[in-house]
Amino acid sequence: MTATIEASGVVKRFGKTVALNGLDLVAQHGEILAVLGPNGAGKTTFVRSVATLIRPDEGTLRVFGHDVLEDPGAVRQTIGLAGQFAAIEPAMTGRENLEMVARLFGQSKRDARASSTKVLEQMGLSDAADRLSRTYSGGMRRKLDLGASLVGSPKLLLLDEPTTGLDPQSRIDLWDAIRSLVDQGTDVLLTTQYLDEADRLASHMVVINHGKAIAAGTPAELKESAGRSVIEVAVRERDDLAQVAKVLAQVPGSEPQIDESTRRVTLSVEGGMELLRDALKYLESLDIVLDDVALRQPKLDEVFLALTGQALDEEEEPKARKGHGAA
Amino acid sequence: MATATLTATNKASLLSSTTVIARRTFLKFIRTPQLVVVGTVQGAMFLLIFRYVFGGAIRAGGVSYVNFLVPGFITTGIIWQGMMSAGGVAEDLDQGFFDRLRSLPIPRAAVLTGRALADSGTQLWGLTIMTIIGFAIGFRLGGSVANGIFAFALIVVFSFAFEWVFITLGLYAGNAQAAQGMSLMLIPFTFVSSAFVPVKSMPGALQAVAAHQPVTYMVDAVRTLVLGSNSAAALGHTSGYYVVRALLWSAGLVVVFGTIAVNRYRKG
Repeated sequence: MTATIEASGVVKRFGKTVALNGLDLVAQHGEILAVLGPNGAGKTTFVRSVATLIRPDEGTLRVFGHDVLEDPGAVRQTIGLAGQFAAIEPAMTGRENLEMVARLFGQSKRDARASSTKVLEQMGLSDAADRLSRTYSGGMRRKLDLGASLVGSPKLLLLDEPTTGLDPQSRIDLWDAIRSLVDQGTDVLLTTQYLDEADRLASHMVVINHGKAIAAGTPAELKESAGRSVIEVAVRERDDLAQVAKVLAQVPGSEPQIDESTRRVTLSVEGGMELLRDALKYLESLDIVLDDVALRQPKLDEVFLALTGQALDEEEEPKARKGHGAA
Repeated sequence: MATATLTATNKASLLSSTTVIARRTFLKFIRTPQLVVVGTVQGAMFLLIFRYVFGGAIRAGGVSYVNFLVPGFITTGIIWQGMMSAGGVAEDLDQGFFDRLRSLPIPRAAVLTGRALADSGTQLWGLTIMTIIGFAIGFRLGGSVANGIFAFALIVVFSFAFEWVFITLGLYAGNAQAAQGMSLMLIPFTFVSSAFVPVKSMPGALQAVAAHQPVTYMVDAVRTLVLGSNSAAALGHTSGYYVVRALLWSAGLVVVFGTIAVNRYRKG
């Protein structure tokens, strides 16, 4: 069976910036693949390459077996793209927006109407369908944009940071919408900076940094590599941090990390509540004021630290051209 | 999604995708009243200023200034109005709208052609209003009505040609404000032309530039058509002379800027 996406040694440079530096990645049919990484890691550049918006400088990139450089037209017939901006026309209604894209996919007027009605229903926008989309809320716009990427019935949906900038409820709604699509057999490639988003949606994840894949696997596998949970202790006085780190070192787990700016000590552990109980016992022996003690899931930067041994660095996204985010 | 999954080889034709894109630009125009009203009011204001403020001081050779001015003003209006296209294109690029379109299986030329057609189509509105105001402030046809209509149609053709210049600027500008700024560089072409004053009143070097740039040919083509044969004599050539040259310039603008713009759009 042909892989949905097959990238090998993909390189893309913008001037002196190397956005993709030999990226290898395979997405199989039936997967939701999340590409996870910090700003500037090359996530957007990769999505734009798959969408045939930019041409890789080196390496091969195939979508359903079609090479993006040799046969971009065939690739375009299989994909639907929802970028970081809601690419909809505010002066048109939700329905008109979808019908426009459906028509551009070559559907007849009748088919375009039918598929738009269906997508509006799917996105929960039926009631607002005939309102100008400039009256929509941010969440509704994103949904309409997602709908526009679906209306051509793509085999592969490309979502670039689909929930960035949305309020929590809209995020959850959008996640539901994306999940229901996958149930209907569409493959999905999405990028995100949020581990929880990848965790909730993806069946597979690839972590990229500096334009290279540094880890791949199921969300569970990747999180395991960072330890299953994190114990986090916040202290009132900065001077107490070293002492707290010292006693927490007795808990089986990673070396406790001190973050001076937030006055927190964290360590990742394999176990759960019983280790937290131990930690509390050690902390009680100290006579210091604690602001907070918590047991939680690792965050992306902690997975990152575990995978790379380096803290996650927040570089500026390289720009493909003026005013246009590209990484 | 079962309804349309059958379309494995779906691909929109050049004609249908151009129409769909043009429709969007057109709807955006008529549903954004600010665009319609502001453009119209500005145009009317300047027409009145030229007619009543500057008009008294300008000698237009053998014809009254209002008859000289109105065809020139209406023709150069395509450049003032075209500036909006540059902004619109830059915005589409900047806000990801073109990304969506470029990811679709449509001919690369369709998006920009649709834009150029729709924008020159929406210019008809301003063109019509200015023509009506022109007649209201004293302009009269000196030639046949048929020639007047032909002149009107020519202006639409010229506006389509200049659209490609503005689309190119919009694609290179990066954002709407920069696009507006860059478009302002075309404004000297409207003044260093025969639109508002006779070219002969300008100093030598400037006169040479003014006489041979496309806007002058376009203005003179329209002016000789609407004013009739007498004025053609005043300008030195028949209307045919100007019409042919204006159309050649238009074709040149479409070919050169159309190629640059489509290439730029393709590369993204």
